Amino acid sequence: MKPGELRPRQRDVAIDPAAFVADGAFNVIGGRHAKVDSHARVSGAAVYTDDMTLPGMLHGKILRSPHAHARIVSIDTSEAEALAGVHAVVIGSDMPVTYCVIPWTRDEYPLCVDRVRYIGDGVAAVAAINEETANRALQLIRVEYEVLEAVLTAERALEPDSPQIHDAGKPGRNGNITKHVHLEFGDVDAALEASDVVIEGEYFFQGTTHTPIEPHCAIGWYDPSGKLTVWSATQVPHYLHRELARVLDIDVARIRVVQPAVGGAFGGKSEPFDLEFCVAALSRKCGRPVKILYTREEVFYAHRGRHPMEMKYRLGGSHDGRIRAVDGKLLLDGGAYASFGLVTAYYSGQLLTAPYTFETYRFDSSRVYTNKPACGPKRGHGSVQPRFAFEVQLDKFAERIGMDPIEIRRRNFIGERTRTINELRITSNGFLQCLDAVESASGWTSKHRRMPFGQGVGIAGSCYISGTNYPIYPNEMPQAAIAIQVERSGRVAVFTGASEIGQGSNSMVAYITAEELGVPLEYIRVHSTDTDMTPVDLGAYSSRETFMVGNACVQAARELSLRIRQAVADTWECTAAQVALAGGWAFDVRDTAKHMPIVEAFNIAEAKLGPLGSVGHYNTPKDVHGEYRGGTIGASPAYSFTAHVAQVSVDVDSGFVTVDNIWVAHDCGRALNPTLVEAQMEGSAYMGFGEALMEENIYKDADHGRAGLHNAPSLLDYRIPTSLDTPELKSLIVESIDPEGPHGAKEAGEGPLHPSIPAIANAIYDAIGIRMDRMPFSPPNVWRALQSTDARANWERRHGSARVDVAAD
Amino acid sequence: MHSIVQLSVNGDRHQAGVPDHYSLLEALRYVLGLTGSKQGCDKGDCGACTVLLDGIPVLACITPVHEAAGRDVMTVEGLARAGALHPLQEAFERLGAAQCGFCTPGILMSAHALLQTNASPSRAEIKEALSGNLCRCTGYTKILDAIADAAMTLNTPDQTQAAS
Repeated sequence: MKPGELRPRQRDVAIDPAAFVADGAFNVIGGRHAKVDSHARVSGAAVYTDDMTLPGMLHGKILRSPHAHARIVSIDTSEAEALAGVHAVVIGSDMPVTYCVIPWTRDEYPLCVDRVRYIGDGVAAVAAINEETANRALQLIRVEYEVLEAVLTAERALEPDSPQIHDAGKPGRNGNITKHVHLEFGDVDAALEASDVVIEGEYFFQGTTHTPIEPHCAIGWYDPSGKLTVWSATQVPHYLHRELARVLDIDVARIRVVQPAVGGAFGGKSEPFDLEFCVAALSRKCGRPVKILYTREEVFYAHRGRHPMEMKYRLGGSHDGRIRAVDGKLLLDGGAYASFGLVTAYYSGQLLTAPYTFETYRFDSSRVYTNKPACGPKRGHGSVQPRFAFEVQLDKFAERIGMDPIEIRRRNFIGERTRTINELRITSNGFLQCLDAVESASGWTSKHRRMPFGQGVGIAGSCYISGTNYPIYPNEMPQAAIAIQVERSGRVAVFTGASEIGQGSNSMVAYITAEELGVPLEYIRVHSTDTDMTPVDLGAYSSRETFMVGNACVQAARELSLRIRQAVADTWECTAAQVALAGGWAFDVRDTAKHMPIVEAFNIAEAKLGPLGSVGHYNTPKDVHGEYRGGTIGASPAYSFTAHVAQVSVDVDSGFVTVDNIWVAHDCGRALNPTLVEAQMEGSAYMGFGEALMEENIYKDADHGRAGLHNAPSLLDYRIPTSLDTPELKSLIVESIDPEGPHGAKEAGEGPLHPSIPAIANAIYDAIGIRMDRMPFSPPNVWRALQSTDARANWERRHGSARVDVAAD
Repeated sequence: MHSIVQLSVNGDRHQAGVPDHYSLLEALRYVLGLTGSKQGCDKGDCGACTVLLDGIPVLACITPVHEAAGRDVMTVEGLARAGALHPLQEAFERLGAAQCGFCTPGILMSAHALLQTNASPSRAEIKEALSGNLCRCTGYTKILDAIADAAMTLNTPDQTQAAS
């Protein structure tokens, strides 16, 4: 076949040279393209882990502890092993190696060895010919426990006579504290002393979980050649790869981890889980593929969701609205294991220092163990809870000095190209535009303090990271990498380790590659998250993928583009700079009559250079963080900014809060695809709304059932918002064009969640004059608050009697 | 115990040996290999398994397989025809209504049933029809937009025939 016989569909389309030549013009970036994998996801063709069946595959089940805290005296699996149809049984002593996603806090066994620490802790696993047989086998396993006192509250965990949930390690340390962080920037006490007003508040965030609609699922196959393959619904294949090797003592090069389509994650699949080790160990034992699918109840116990936090804040300010001092003391109820908790303890303080300037700042954060499912990272890791408290504090401050709450946020704006008090480096910052956008779209000035009793609006702002400058395990290698391979048909394969979890990372790399190489989007194939063929990526967490993988992709594609353009330039006897690749064509930018289909350009380059491919990588700046212990945690190459206005109606008889609207303005740097950015903004605002009003992890104490038992581990009783509950969400994209982001992009996946909760809290105050400092704002809680204060009188004082609309009663 | 069950799915008639305790969802996914319908909770809470039984949306995870015997079952795999996406699917794709896609098959079935009986639903009616389908990614906004968009497409005369 001669070059040029395979031509892009655009062949007959008249090209508009001006559009391609104009500086900064994009052909793909910024367009509202469908996601590259959406066809599969809307047709039922996408293959999720539980959709896979391998020849000879067995079904696994995990036996879980019925006690919140107990010593394992003995385990007898002989009857289970003797049951017909059972092929393998494993217990803790088969894998007696601790693991954790954070290498410094390895405190968890794949299956408990000598102690169980929460109801649901795994004790044994079986593989059988079907689920029913596996379940029967679990019932035949005899475990003798010596029950210990269950520690169910963070306060109890800190008492001197509390049982120690983990060994203290060193003498003098408390085995119930995962991490204590105390950092002070400037003289907070002096600044508080010198402040005109001091706002003190105590806040409580109840703890919530992710509930992706897809439960965790994994398949392990230790094949006859001694190679282990694990398919898993994970968002961190690379960390799983490493931990499988370490825990199972298998050469990492003999392990392959594949992440099939994932049905939602939100942080709930961002570390290794017991089922992944168990399918591998069971398969190694019996030589057949083994699948384990969590029940929904198991997903609730696997948890790793948002930490309950008790938060005390003091905010010192001046009459003109400046924030002079912020002093926070936080107690994090971490549950039974460390998970990401070391980072959570830092994030709970480190990420509060923008978008406002703090003259001085101190936080003291303790993450403690309790005998409940382990908490971890949920969308907006560690910073959603303090953001709720702080933005309410700011609202109180504004009211105290008689300033509009949007104005006080403008007045404290930290600016762009600056550093925060804890030395985070801020590059681009579109927070003021976010405030302008929500103020205008919501009709703020005609609503705030102007609506009838029972209705109100509230504002809140926030910032978030676009990935972290330091990887979870220390190393100097790139944080992200991409490989591109061009086939002579024009098909471009992009290999990425980035985890597509519905957010659109596969599409993001396709858009960038198509833009840079000038090929139509349908020519791009994205191959992701298979450790046998994709370069290492650290995973979908901390909102890192667009920024880091996107930058790696730009680098790889530009390097390849240059080689192709040079080959064409040689043919045309011009310079590579004069050759452009865009819209399915290669053309001379000075004389667009001179052009050829992109496939022809690829073929010319392949004839000259051999097969076409390139790799690219991205690594974070390593010199931009605070020179203090913990100063690297929270450091990110760029920060996103968000503002919300929420509008609520409160039924003062029942305490039922309806959120009518949320206006979300988000500075994402550049919207590589506005549809996908809006989708993240809407999903974030929805998720924060659910936490504010409905969601709560509740565990029984001994007086109300079995201590440590989840009160409602189902999607009926743990209430997440339906289509009828969810407010009308309006997304307002702000583009600050970050100097270091791929085409100026930052993050959009997590930042837009933060202001939901305080904006709603502040709106409830505007509506009924009551501060809801303890979450959730559920009917019983709001009703109780209404009973305990004279809401109407507070509200009238605040609104001024002239504007009271009695008709609203 | 197994039984031979007659199942008519997306117009295909199957005779399948199915364990008696199986739900319709298990039979679809693990016996017939139609994995488009999803299991999110296995107890009728999330709606990811929604299929149409004689045109009515049901939760396949709590529908015993024997109840479906001899009746018409429609799953997400039956929505596209001859490789062409149904206007609902096309709108979901174009407007970004599917993020992780796990709830999407069930939502498409609820939406399809709605549009069969109400060709021009209001936003409130769409919300009502989807109230048994949990989505954790989208905040529903783009899903509501996509269903309204598909209704308009289906109401355009030259499209109706193609999709019926």
